[in-house]
Amino acid sequence: MTPLQIPVEKWAGKVTEVKLGGNGRKDITIGGENTLPFLHFEGTFPHQPALAIEIQDMEPDWPADLLLSWGDAVKDPGQWARKAAEYGADIVALRLRSAHPEVENSGAEKAKRTVASVLEAVDLPLIVLGPEVAEKDNEVLLAVSEIGRGQRLALGNCTDKNYRAIAASCLANEHVAIAKAPTDVNLSKQLNMLLHEAGLPMSSVLTDPTTGALGYGLEYTYSVVERLRLSCLSGDEMTSTPIICTVGEESWKQKESRSSQDIPESWGAQERRAIIWESITSAILATAGADIVVLRHPRSVELIKEMNGKWLSMT
Amino acid sequence: MTGIEIYKYLPKTNCKKCGFPTCLAFAMKVAQKQAEISLCPELSPESRQFLEEASRPPIKLVSIGRDKKIETGNETVLFRHEKTFYHQPGLVIRIKDTESPGDAARRIREVSSYSVQRVGLDLTLDGFALDNESGNPASFLRLVETAVNNTDMPLVLMSPDTATMKLALDKTAQNRPLIYSATRDNWQDMAQLALDYHCPLAVSERESPGNLAELTERVIQMGVEDIITDPGADSFGNSVDLLTQLRRLAINKRCRPLGYPSITFPGDHASGPEDEALLAAQQIAKYAGIIVLDHFYPGIVYPLLTLRLNIYTDPQKPVKVAAGIYPINDPGNSDPLLVTTDFSLTYFSVAGEIQSCGFPSWLLICDTGGLSVLTAWAAGKFNAREIAKTAKQFGVNDYVNHNALVIPGYVAVIKGALEEEMAGWKILVGPREAMDIGNYLKRTWRENVL
Repeated sequence: MTPLQIPVEKWAGKVTEVKLGGNGRKDITIGGENTLPFLHFEGTFPHQPALAIEIQDMEPDWPADLLLSWGDAVKDPGQWARKAAEYGADIVALRLRSAHPEVENSGAEKAKRTVASVLEAVDLPLIVLGPEVAEKDNEVLLAVSEIGRGQRLALGNCTDKNYRAIAASCLANEHVAIAKAPTDVNLSKQLNMLLHEAGLPMSSVLTDPTTGALGYGLEYTYSVVERLRLSCLSGDEMTSTPIICTVGEESWKQKESRSSQDIPESWGAQERRAIIWESITSAILATAGADIVVLRHPRSVELIKEMNGKWLSMT
Repeated sequence: MTGIEIYKYLPKTNCKKCGFPTCLAFAMKVAQKQAEISLCPELSPESRQFLEEASRPPIKLVSIGRDKKIETGNETVLFRHEKTFYHQPGLVIRIKDTESPGDAARRIREVSSYSVQRVGLDLTLDGFALDNESGNPASFLRLVETAVNNTDMPLVLMSPDTATMKLALDKTAQNRPLIYSATRDNWQDMAQLALDYHCPLAVSERESPGNLAELTERVIQMGVEDIITDPGADSFGNSVDLLTQLRRLAINKRCRPLGYPSITFPGDHASGPEDEALLAAQQIAKYAGIIVLDHFYPGIVYPLLTLRLNIYTDPQKPVKVAAGIYPINDPGNSDPLLVTTDFSLTYFSVAGEIQSCGFPSWLLICDTGGLSVLTAWAAGKFNAREIAKTAKQFGVNDYVNHNALVIPGYVAVIKGALEEEMAGWKILVGPREAMDIGNYLKRTWRENVL
């Protein structure tokens, strides 16, 4: 019998490296891998998948168990960021929820103040997310872009509606744009092409494919991420940007993560279920190709860290 | 194989005995898997053997159990978006013969009766792996007996000792348990047991896929047909590597000795039940056939069963939920009524947002054949007439007293037409994106209705 040849793909492309932080802050580089996730025998992973912990600029409307895990820190973004760093965040992801027109409709000034206080509190790289209303995102993100110049903040979301302004300010102030399209390979690619035409290099773009949580569209995100990664590896630069998934936000929305009462016995204990819901969503998207996962519960962070450690050290 | 490739092996006489007008037409049908190659009576034995070999699925479908079964294998792709994954991996719970018989019986009954409902389906676990951890034949046989008396689910019998295995098979063979396993030390005896008792056989060789293929080949030579491979996928460090190698070898290289489903043990090096669950989750996606879990907690099993359902959903079919009125957060008749389409991603986005904002609401779902809002509108399946028809069909008047219906912002243009179709109703234009529904309901809805 002839000895068995292990089939190794010769990929033409690799994931673009994107640096966050720097210019006096701690920095982290994402991407760079030249094979599919977890395939040690085929390629190299110069950088670990990164874990971002989500914090908000106001007290969040989260389920009690999740709030409890952060204690009083949720009352102050700076303190919250410090606690996130303690819990092992590689990146802090700040959601400016109060800027939503139907929450507080807070504006540029509050956004700047909050971001400045978080930048002051920790030296980790920072992701700043607007309220996901295109005009409002523009208002707060453009303001934020002026502070922390050169510190390569990742600013989201950049969509087909507001990409010009965000791209220009990322270019001017040396930041990174988070390009978000609704769960579609071609829409993500198109958005990258628009950003490219606007002059933003792919090394300043992260792709948010829109995350569906376990049981709520996860399979769509899973396949879109997998297809984006295959397209990147086959040599398409316009799909080579590292992928970021807002796992915590989507997972903690669901009934399975929130309900502790009036639920079937077969759902099991609420806290364990909620944490597993978030961690499985995260682990599965990492298996498809996510380079950054944004999480909410400290225990999920611990579990995903353990998983990353094990797969990278091959134990 | 393509039709043209198959055609080369046919007699090219156009005799029509297969029921098709020409050999080429027949070849095309065979290539599309709409006709069996055995329909051709003029095929030479060599060609027949070659074509049957070539049309064999790259990964064999293996079934374990009798009345209740695990059917695993018969996969044809590496990525679910290329086609679909067909046979969900079996999730079985390991019970060791070092547990007290009372505990074992209790756990077996608990797992057997476990069932959880999701999207109208009853999801369950699939069986048990009975482990001769003690090394003692008597303890193992006692456990096997306990299992036989307490469950009708498929079993995996785990013992390295062929004499012990034989005794266990005497009690269980009629239910086709999986024999775990043939190793380089005992393969001849284990394979003989598989043949004598007509049971599927696991083959363990954790050194390398090459060694695994060699050992499996020997077992195949002895005549064993139903095989499960055990490449030693037991950690985040090796699982995706090994199982990807096996899947590529089976599908892309047609490596026959590795063309079988694999068994995995995510708990072997786990730090706890959560860590085990994450590896099991990864193995559901990449590429396990049977997953042996050491822990059973409903709070962990339910997410795993949900994941298995997600990953094995056929991506070629639009996934739909049933049309109708769905109550969310226990609504009363003064609470909002919203309408959207039956595309499951649309439904889950909208329902999820309503759920999480905590605002009690009714959600009316229209049958559009599983299309998203804009696509359905463009296809004429989510217009004023269709929405009015659905509202009437499900008797919306019986649910709410305010006669106000919220439509998605993306179809704001149908507001006027819908007000004509639904006389006496106020049509409100909601947000475009699901994520803005919470704020809309809490802040905007009530003042618009009054």
